[in-house]
Amino acid sequence: MATVTVDTAPIERLKETWEGKGGLWGWLTTVDHKKIGKLYLATSVVFLLIGGVEAGIMRAQLAWSNLRILSPGVYDQLFSLHGMTMIFWYASPILSGFSNYIWPLLIGSRDMAYPRANALSYWLFLMSGVFLYTSPFLGQAPNAGWFAYVPFTLKPFNPGLNMDFYALGLLFLTVSATVGSIVFIGTIMKMRATGMTLTRLPIFMYGTMTASFANLFALPALTTALVFLYFERTFHMPFYAVGGGGRPLLWQHLFWMFAHPWVYIIVLPAMGIVSEVIPVFSRRPLVGYPIVAMSTVATGIIGFGVWLHHMFATGLPNLSLAFFSGASTLIVIPSGIAVFSWIATMWTGRPVFKTAMLFAAGFVALFVLGGVSGVVTAMVAYDWQVTDSYFVVAHLHYVLIGINVFGVMTGFYYWFPKMTGRLLNETLGKLNFWVMFIGVNVAFFPMHITGILGMERRIYTYPAGLGWSVPNLITTIGAYIFAAGFFLFLVNVWYSLRAGEVAGPNPWDAGTLEWSVPSPAPAYNFAVLPTVRSGYPLWEGRLLRRGRPPAAAPSPALARTPDAVGARAPDMAPDGSLVFRGPLLLDGKETFATSPLDAEPMSVLRMPEDSLLPLLLSLFMLAFFYGAVFKLWWLVAAGAGAMLLTIVAWTWPRSMEGGSVA
Amino acid sequence: MSTTAAHAAVLPIGNRFRRSPGWWAMVWIIATEAALFAYLLFSYYYLASQFRGPWPPDGFESFTLSAPMTAILFASSGVMWWAERGIKKGNQMQLRIGLLITFLMGLAFAILEGIEWSQKSFTPASHAYGALFFTVTGFHLTHVTVGLTMNLVVQIWAWMGTFTEERHLAVTNAALYWHFVDTVWAFVFFSFYIAPRIG
Repeated sequence: MATVTVDTAPIERLKETWEGKGGLWGWLTTVDHKKIGKLYLATSVVFLLIGGVEAGIMRAQLAWSNLRILSPGVYDQLFSLHGMTMIFWYASPILSGFSNYIWPLLIGSRDMAYPRANALSYWLFLMSGVFLYTSPFLGQAPNAGWFAYVPFTLKPFNPGLNMDFYALGLLFLTVSATVGSIVFIGTIMKMRATGMTLTRLPIFMYGTMTASFANLFALPALTTALVFLYFERTFHMPFYAVGGGGRPLLWQHLFWMFAHPWVYIIVLPAMGIVSEVIPVFSRRPLVGYPIVAMSTVATGIIGFGVWLHHMFATGLPNLSLAFFSGASTLIVIPSGIAVFSWIATMWTGRPVFKTAMLFAAGFVALFVLGGVSGVVTAMVAYDWQVTDSYFVVAHLHYVLIGINVFGVMTGFYYWFPKMTGRLLNETLGKLNFWVMFIGVNVAFFPMHITGILGMERRIYTYPAGLGWSVPNLITTIGAYIFAAGFFLFLVNVWYSLRAGEVAGPNPWDAGTLEWSVPSPAPAYNFAVLPTVRSGYPLWEGRLLRRGRPPAAAPSPALARTPDAVGARAPDMAPDGSLVFRGPLLLDGKETFATSPLDAEPMSVLRMPEDSLLPLLLSLFMLAFFYGAVFKLWWLVAAGAGAMLLTIVAWTWPRSMEGGSVA
Repeated sequence: MSTTAAHAAVLPIGNRFRRSPGWWAMVWIIATEAALFAYLLFSYYYLASQFRGPWPPDGFESFTLSAPMTAILFASSGVMWWAERGIKKGNQMQLRIGLLITFLMGLAFAILEGIEWSQKSFTPASHAYGALFFTVTGFHLTHVTVGLTMNLVVQIWAWMGTFTEERHLAVTNAALYWHFVDTVWAFVFFSFYIAPRIG
């Protein structure tokens, strides 16, 4: 451990400045990225459990032929809620949770850009979930699957409030995702430590940044589709109905223009997590860092040009099928680069198989399996055979569990000590991994076969004698094994929070900045703002000894900031990063804003104090959406007016040293 | 303490410049809003290409109101630019007057659009064209309203004397948003009023 000789007075002052209020009020008003991150993580896990229970009930219904545990109508609502919950209210928000907690620590900042907007994105996420889950209590949950094809979702065929909850619930969530994305992009552009150029940026940052940009340009397609759906259902405006000149395929185009990029939005940050973890447990830097960074961005971009592969069976012209089949196959290249980079990192390193590394390795294995079933469905001829069958269900679960859930588990085992100060138990952890890994394969591998045998997705039961019963029973058993595995994780969290081994600042001997601060991270994150000269600041000394010099050049900004507290870390290069020396910035909640490319300090930011406004704004938006779903137009108007006033109060100029900031 | 004093001497405090975090937030809001209009207009052209019969079904849109509306809106962008230039030079009056004129011009656009709407022979439920016309121009009008609200709030601050030569990010952002609203109108106007005549 570094022997840090510190004058404690500045630390006390930082604590005073940055620590928000405790208790419930503190949580409701917090703008601290670490608290917001924890709220995001906890809420997403709750949604994961809800979605899991829904899946468990469905698997009971499908365990054998001709079962009648559920009525068809209830089954429809269950699979729709399951899909929406997992894809929208778990998979993306949980990654936002990690990004929120970890990013400022990873990039040497004291907070995210726009802390209040950051809190807003969480409260909007929570409220949109509350909105969606009002519907099952009315018996009118969405009932047309997560992609809700028209015309079945139009009023004449689906007269209840079910699909209004779908349209407005998702619309609500897109607001949260948009706000969150702008916060992430602002943070990555302006909040990085001095010297953290784009070539020193951790891959996790690239993952979430690509996902955030994709959100900005993909979510509006969903917004358009949902607004049309709601308008058509409510005001009879013919966007989709053929009678008035609408076209049902418009929905599919808009939906998949959004939803295919969304697939990468919910996996790229998880791929980033794994790209952080594999080098640490292979005891070497990531192999091929620049091309992994580039393929991350490339995946995000190509993801916008493949949406038609979800529509191969809709009778589109052959030429467009050929083009989109080719484009979809192209995704193999950046994905392959990432996979080979992870394998090469393990191969040329000295792998240490802690639980986090096991989950990362499992992630790679499942990614390959899910990837292969994805490549074959990019082939038009094969897709026609398996479209809307359980083969597709198997593929998407391999992908989403493999490269989302396993990435998330990797992140939990890796960063839990940073968040709580204690390590998750390794014995329970290994058991946790193996039960989940066996469970996911037992559950979803047979689904490929049920699909090839012709079982369509979304049927609530099936007759005997088709050969579907046995594979379905195996799937059900596997699903419960998987659930038991996740339960072990919850047990581990519960146990380790109380009795886990105390972690210390850097239990994994990792190389990135978040491990230079105490665990759990203090409210102000960094006592002194670090200056970075390589991608692994804490590994520089030993990398130098191994003949891999980190790029080291004295920074002009550093010359301007001679003041320091603390000492150099023991394992740092002489001209390398400065992690325990640097500017204090303690005249208020201060941190640097740096330039987007070179990360040179441009100004000192004064971050806002805790505020109730984000929560209030979210509550008003909840009222607005309840008004819209129940057609209470006065409530819509009142909600909108209250939101407007809140925003005015929010943006009201704060007075600052040397004038007011507007 | 001396350390922080040294910083304050070197680096400015807060969201002071263009390319500060607050400015970038507005840029990305505009980017995602621009994407929204791109998808709306994609839907318009898609349904137009699939429509059986003449497009628009009730004949071409008239320029009687729409041409002056467009002229007013584009001109208002110039006034907004003039207002922002005022505060850059520290001229409070130029800022206040400029914002006020921009506001009135935007309001005139909204009122004319309301008259234009009331004169339509079709409703949103008549056909796909009607649905698109009212939705897309309605989305644009909503953005005009948001821009006007921003203008109003910034104007209140301007009359309070909040802004200085150096600190006026809210003015810059409101102006940026207003230019965006005007630019989008160019695409909307072309799509509904001109494209069917030349298509």
